Amino acid sequence: MNFKTLMKYKLEIIFAVVIVVFAVVFLIQNANIQATAKPGQETWQGSDDMGSAAIEATGYTPWIQPLWTPPSTEVESLLFSIQSGLGALVIGYFFGYYRGKRECPKSS
Amino acid sequence: MHIMEGFLPWQWCVFWYLVSAPFIAYGIHLLNRQVKENRETLSLLAVSGAFIFLLSSLKMPSPVVGSCSHPTGTGLSTVLFGPFITCVLSLIVLIFQALFMAHGGITTLGANVFSMGIAGPLLGYAVYRLGKAVNLNIFVNIFLVTFVADLFTYVVTSIELAAAFPATHGGFLISFATFFAIYAITQVPLAILEGVLIAMVFKYIVQSRADILVKLKVLTPEQVAKIMESFA
Repeated sequence: MNFKTLMKYKLEIIFAVVIVVFAVVFLIQNANIQATAKPGQETWQGSDDMGSAAIEATGYTPWIQPLWTPPSTEVESLLFSIQSGLGALVIGYFFGYYRGKRECPKSS
Repeated sequence: MHIMEGFLPWQWCVFWYLVSAPFIAYGIHLLNRQVKENRETLSLLAVSGAFIFLLSSLKMPSPVVGSCSHPTGTGLSTVLFGPFITCVLSLIVLIFQALFMAHGGITTLGANVFSMGIAGPLLGYAVYRLGKAVNLNIFVNIFLVTFVADLFTYVVTSIELAAAFPATHGGFLISFATFFAIYAITQVPLAILEGVLIAMVFKYIVQSRADILVKLKVLTPEQVAKIMESFA
């Protein structure tokens, strides 16, 4: 692979490097956290939930409950997956459509 | 950055609704005009909205402090369509999450749309214009816009919560430090990751629909030619 090909994919290479660094730092940090966590202590919670906990720690109680709450974290992750899926579907559809148009310009 | 249902006193809920309303109204006006007058840009509008949908659903571990958070995904539409249309797209995602996942809330919608849809994208857009003025490389610029729009969203959430819940001893600033540590520090690695991703995606958009980017005045035809050449 020559230098020119590398430059062509420089953004992909940077992205891949960032992902790998991110994953490695996560694994190291996770090992540290698991080693020092007390039994039963929850790790890697959502910052949104930590924020809510910090508010409740001031003695505040929420004055209204959500109309509907997912009955378990499994159902909640299903709903979040559906959200990701919808987004990915639209992105994939249009990038595929653009590519098809580019390769077959006359049939528009 | 989601403030959960009922986690803001009602006075603050009303306040953030009032602050956000004019931005949303202007955004809807611009969005209508975009849909009517520039139909060929609609596909990219859908893609920009889809990125907000996709990225804001990914709860990722943040290696800095050992908690999880999600990117906002607002960078792409801020660059392509500006901050006002972005706030309408964010509003749709936030309503979806508030109703179906109990993530965020209807009472706190005003505050959440202000942080994610208005404050973040507005500062991101300022960075974008500044970058253009000093002729910054467009990919570096998009990285910075996305990074700033993501991170500032969480800074504003911390401000919103600190204003509503000032510490008994030390007041706003002490409380802000607490929420900043929970929200904003967690967010730094995720904002970097998101910035790199969107910069890469932008390359594919240039390669597929440079004509729309020229129409949206994001790039000039000369810049497009230069980018195409450098990735050919």
